[in-house]
Amino acid sequence: MGDILGLVGKRLGLGAIILLIISAIIFFMIELLPGDVAQAVLGQGATEENLAALRKEMGLDQPAIVRYLAWLKGAIVFDFGTSIVTGGSVASAIGERFANTLFLAAYAAMIAIPISILLGVLVALLRNSIFDRVANVVTLSFISSPEFFLGYILILYFSVKWGMFPAIASLNDGMSFGDLLYRTFLPALTMVLVVTAHMMRMTRAAIINLLASPYIEMARLKGVPPWRVIVKHALPNAWAPIITVIALNLAYLITGVVLVEVVFVYPGIGQLLVDAVAKRDVPVVNACCLIFAATFILLNLAADVGAILTNPRLRHPK
Amino acid sequence: MVKDKDVLLKIKDLKIQGYSDETWVDIIKGVDLTLHRGEVMGLIGESGAGKSTIGAGAMGYARDGTRISEGSIEFDGMELTTATEDERRALRGARIAYVAQSAAASFNPSHKIIDQHTEAPVQYRIQKRMEAQEDAIDLYNRLRLPNPDEIGFRYPHQVSGGQLQRAMTAMAMSCRPDLIIFDEPTTALDVTTQIEVLAAIRDIVDQFNTAAIYITHDLAVVAQMADTIKVLLKGNEVEEAPTEEMLNNPKEDYTKSLWAVRSFESPQRYRPEDGTPLISVKNVDAAYASGPKILNDVSFDIYAGMTVAVVGESGSGKSTTARCITGLLPPQKGEVLFNGTPFPPDYRNRTKEELRQCQMIYQMADTALNPKVRISEIIGRPAQFYSGLTGAALKNRVDELLDLIELDPAKYYNRYPPELSGGQKQRIGIARALAAEPTFIVCDEVTSALDQLVAEGILRLLDRLQDELNLAYMFITHDLATVRSIADEVIVMQHGKVVEQGPKDDMFKPPHHPYTDLLLSSVPEMDPNWLTTLLEERGVDNLGDAAAARIGG
Repeated sequence: MGDILGLVGKRLGLGAIILLIISAIIFFMIELLPGDVAQAVLGQGATEENLAALRKEMGLDQPAIVRYLAWLKGAIVFDFGTSIVTGGSVASAIGERFANTLFLAAYAAMIAIPISILLGVLVALLRNSIFDRVANVVTLSFISSPEFFLGYILILYFSVKWGMFPAIASLNDGMSFGDLLYRTFLPALTMVLVVTAHMMRMTRAAIINLLASPYIEMARLKGVPPWRVIVKHALPNAWAPIITVIALNLAYLITGVVLVEVVFVYPGIGQLLVDAVAKRDVPVVNACCLIFAATFILLNLAADVGAILTNPRLRHPK
Repeated sequence: MVKDKDVLLKIKDLKIQGYSDETWVDIIKGVDLTLHRGEVMGLIGESGAGKSTIGAGAMGYARDGTRISEGSIEFDGMELTTATEDERRALRGARIAYVAQSAAASFNPSHKIIDQHTEAPVQYRIQKRMEAQEDAIDLYNRLRLPNPDEIGFRYPHQVSGGQLQRAMTAMAMSCRPDLIIFDEPTTALDVTTQIEVLAAIRDIVDQFNTAAIYITHDLAVVAQMADTIKVLLKGNEVEEAPTEEMLNNPKEDYTKSLWAVRSFESPQRYRPEDGTPLISVKNVDAAYASGPKILNDVSFDIYAGMTVAVVGESGSGKSTTARCITGLLPPQKGEVLFNGTPFPPDYRNRTKEELRQCQMIYQMADTALNPKVRISEIIGRPAQFYSGLTGAALKNRVDELLDLIELDPAKYYNRYPPELSGGQKQRIGIARALAAEPTFIVCDEVTSALDQLVAEGILRLLDRLQDELNLAYMFITHDLATVRSIADEVIVMQHGKVVEQGPKDDMFKPPHHPYTDLLLSSVPEMDPNWLTTLLEERGVDNLGDAAAARIGG
């Protein structure tokens, strides 16, 4: 157990360094983009004097490195500064949006993970049957289609043709939880379709990979029925790769939802990021990217810890 | 004998096919087998003889990629080839049980031993879980496992190989089956551990009057266990006879050749009166990373042109010593001298000339040869690296090396390792070591993965090469028969220490160090009464672990 804490500590330290590097990369990459926030605010017709005055007011006349260090100083104590465009605090702008994104990700994950594992176990059990092939083809078609396309198809059928769910996932205060689930069902379903294939196929592969193990043959020669061989003897040893893929997909559900949020006009962090990039709102972009990076780092760490915890050799040392 | 008892298993004209290269080919080509209640039959043959396939077939089970194509398997009046899968499955674990070769791999790492033990009896509603647990503990007791009350509640990786093998035998007994298939249950074990397992198996099979099919390639082992022996060769039966008769009076030439395997013995060489040893290991201590000490003050000399066999159980430090000599593991203390001058401890600090002197041949030629690289390159690479050969000179050298290991260059030059048999792969491993033109070769269990006849071919080849090229070998092995046939000197290791060393003819004569004695007396002999006699001599409480504990580290 002490080993795990050590690992977590080490990885968190490394994660902090990675975040620092990422923040610098993002900051200076935005610098490289043509135009700046003053240009974005005042429009193409602005005169040089007006631009210069606005830049001075916003502190944009300082060298980039100075501005980065000033920003970094705040970021270390979670003060991400103020949005250049709205003038409000970045933290409050992101906070609510991020909560919305997390909600949508959790919603999709709650549906996708059980379905993927269940399907994965089923196709492993019925491997090479028609069911296996159909499940593979269908899920692969979903993963191969761009998610905005899937989103529009779902809107076309579920909203436009059948009128079952709203096409726009707008949120307002005081919505009931049931209403919330109903409104956000289509974006959640889009994301479920996108991530299921990956997790299902990994579950199938991890289980089938183990079926050649001597202990699986032993279980069969003990007369254990096929479903129990899979569920009781193969699955417990297959968790490590499955957990890794789940973590990757969870990260995707949080960081890869930009297009889905745009399609369904969902007020999540992805939309915020798109707007901020268009307006060169560096503090917001940087904070969003750091959140995405931190999500990846934490989920990968969680996957590694999960893989250790499901390995009996590590869980029960000699 | 057992002729008057009921017939339990009757296999007639069994054919089993395996799928390879897009077609079904016969791997069992019409075998008959009759087993009576309480009878133990030994199935013996080389790898590829189909022993395990017949063993699984006796359970009505065809491994993935095989199918039972013809013949009949009648178990206690029930025809298995026409039964439904559910009917067959209902027999497995309940009436026919299986004990696999590697218990470490055949226990599920995710579940406690006792939970795996109780799975079958609970599933068949023979016992409730608690009853099954009590019964398991009773069986652990009978199989003389240490801490029988507690050992089942551990996970497989927390228990040693020999103990796991006994726990697996206990598991096979859980439903008191009529028949148990033992598939090479002691092949992966050290000789001293093997005895405990053999004794435990023989004892429990006797107690419950269980019939058994005992599959092995080791004649001496089968002689201890079986009432009758059936010899198989490439899916065909060679002959079958009661054990005594088979041992004393084999009829077929093939059987006689199996019996004669242990006849090869290379003439013993002696150290030169004076002179510097080629390799001299001096007071070496070694450990992996921050782990415990593996080697403790190891010292010995190897002279040019001689074979020094290093024997000991797994974990005794044999391979670690080799890693220290070759520089793969720099020792913590002590040094390795080559012709009297110290070798840099780390191979990275050795010159090309120093590196070429020590080469290695590995146990598993399968994993030691890159399957995607042509033979010509596998052998050519070191020749190029050490001797700077290129073009026609390199090709000539590779041809020469292939000739040396008795493989036709025209035929093998462009082939890949997976196209070769186990023995041929090991020969390629030898050629690769020779390509560097070394004076010293570490042979790490080079014959243990091979059938006896093939292994003998490799030993003869190594012996011939030694004479022609004046090579020194460090021959790591746990097989004392191999030591007898090839060694000039013997080093016995235990717990990372050298407990005894000397010329072979001295080492095989008493008096021995007690540990050497334990090792030597544990090697199974052809005499069917060997195990019984040995157990009487040692006393039942004085088996393996206990005996080792008595003589101390």
